[in-house]
Amino acid sequence: MIGNATSRPAVAGTSSGRRSQPAGNRLGGLAQEPRERSRWQWTATISPLVWSFLFVLASFVVAAIFADLIAPHDPTQNNLIGRLQPPAFVNGGSADHLLGTDQLGRDLLSRIIHGARVSLAIAFLGTLFGAALGAVCGLTSGFLRGRVDEAMMLLVDAYVALPFLIIALSVVAMLGSSMRVLTLLAALAGWASYTRVTRGLTIRAREEQYVLAARSVGVSPLRLIFRHVLPNVFAPLIVLTTFELTGIILLEASLSFLGFGIQPPTPAWGLMVSEGREYLHSAWWVGVFPGVVIMLVAISVSLTGDWLRDVLDPTLRS
Amino acid sequence: MTRFIVGRAVRGLVTLWIVVSAVFVVLRLSGDPARAMLGPEATPEAIEAFRTRHGLDEPIPVQYVEYLGNIARGDFGDSLKGGRPALELFLARVGATLELGAAAVLIALAIGIPAGVLAAVKRGSLWDRLAMGGAFIGQSAPNFFVGIMLILIFSLQVNLLPSSGRGEPSQLVMPAFTLATGLLATLARMSRSALLEVISNDYVRTARAKGLSDRDVIVTHTLRNAAIPVVTLLGLWASALIGGAAITETVFAWPGVGRLAVAAVADRDYPVIQLIVIVVAASVVAVNLLVDIAYGLLDPRISTASSGEHHQ
Repeated sequence: MIGNATSRPAVAGTSSGRRSQPAGNRLGGLAQEPRERSRWQWTATISPLVWSFLFVLASFVVAAIFADLIAPHDPTQNNLIGRLQPPAFVNGGSADHLLGTDQLGRDLLSRIIHGARVSLAIAFLGTLFGAALGAVCGLTSGFLRGRVDEAMMLLVDAYVALPFLIIALSVVAMLGSSMRVLTLLAALAGWASYTRVTRGLTIRAREEQYVLAARSVGVSPLRLIFRHVLPNVFAPLIVLTTFELTGIILLEASLSFLGFGIQPPTPAWGLMVSEGREYLHSAWWVGVFPGVVIMLVAISVSLTGDWLRDVLDPTLRS
Repeated sequence: MTRFIVGRAVRGLVTLWIVVSAVFVVLRLSGDPARAMLGPEATPEAIEAFRTRHGLDEPIPVQYVEYLGNIARGDFGDSLKGGRPALELFLARVGATLELGAAAVLIALAIGIPAGVLAAVKRGSLWDRLAMGGAFIGQSAPNFFVGIMLILIFSLQVNLLPSSGRGEPSQLVMPAFTLATGLLATLARMSRSALLEVISNDYVRTARAKGLSDRDVIVTHTLRNAAIPVVTLLGLWASALIGGAAITETVFAWPGVGRLAVAAVADRDYPVIQLIVIVVAASVVAVNLLVDIAYGLLDPRISTASSGEHHQ
């Protein structure tokens, strides 16, 4: 049993009793553990749709990293004579500005490419920090149980009850809208979900035969957590992370839309939509393109999440 | 069952106390409220006067107790802009937001659940694909963008609906739909998967074997069980409502609490922000309490489980 535990802990113990859903599991089936699967089977599970959205997502990541090389124009370069030029495929548009120009004559495509930087950096970093924080809290809570656990769950309950967007707006108003503050907010947005899920999985994992066996031969608690519990918690956590990432992208866009994101002239997608509102009747592209981009990225991330869930945990497939 | 409800209620109160205390700590940590509220140009005398008037010269523990007492009495202080009581401002706006929220929930329920049920019943059909594709897009579309697209299409292109304001029923349509999108999409997906899961259960097979029609099976045997996740979702959504309302109300110039909150943040009107945060948290705690009780009623196994297990 111990040998099994160290090689493939995720496979151990699939007795039917453990499949029953615990009461009040608010995240549905995320808390279930992965089943055995062959190592390369997953590549075949990617449908053409998922491939295309993975491609979209990858292009935005590339665009964000190499924005300076890819963007055809300077995203902050005003050109008042060429303001509100329509996109190339509309009458009056030119190939020089594929997606047209905004109210200050700046090239929309270049602004969208540069905007990817801010949005994706905040979303990815924030999600990563949030997941790490939540995983640590959840592992601690689920492993120690008792008072610590109760206190942690009360904290999570209280946190979840707070209207996060309003809190985030206030924090930005107090501390300013720097990258650092926005990333911190993105991290704090999701920690409670990770804590809940990790805790539930940890509680279940620590009752596993192989964990009990490891404990009985005197394995230290830290080693127990990292070597035996964490690997079991990992797969569902990654799935949760992709779902949270969608939410964080939308959160950042919302803050930016309300004027509490990265400040101009640095391009940010949400703010671009907000600026475009003024020109909806005459120049729809100013607001519509950045909005479409936010949606495309969010869809790509959720589709990836759905696919990951199916791969990592076939029992959750609906 | 009574013990279960009392236990939940006590827990709710403790949660609320943590929220209220957290708001106190955050507002105190954010720096000198007097300076923050009066601005950098305030004279030392003005700041001193402000501190005395608001009891900020007292020791922190004394302030904390006073703060708790005030909130328990429903006294949230006066707005820094205009000087009216924060509660009064809130009450003047809350009706509009509740109207918007209720309309959104109704739209989401009326469209989302039938769409999901139909998709589950006709699993794999074109309808299923369309509905689930639409739900996917709805879940990923930011509220403000949905609103702006609706304005672009229905106000500017076909000139059918007004793009802002409140009063006429026609002015409610687009904001309510905007606020509903996320919930609608999630409801459709959830009711589909919940129904599919329930359909595969033994008792449904038995009911079918007894000769009940598909419709009877779905209505009498499965919807009740599929209702549990839906009720949970509505509870969770209550806390997201105010965030969505802040965006939707801004897009459509809807005079509700969401816009009040955004304006209060912009003005650093701390008493108003504090009030909104606490009231929202209190409603979420209350809704969750009701959801927990509903759970207990729908599924007796839950109320007998110990409270610690509840969070797994």
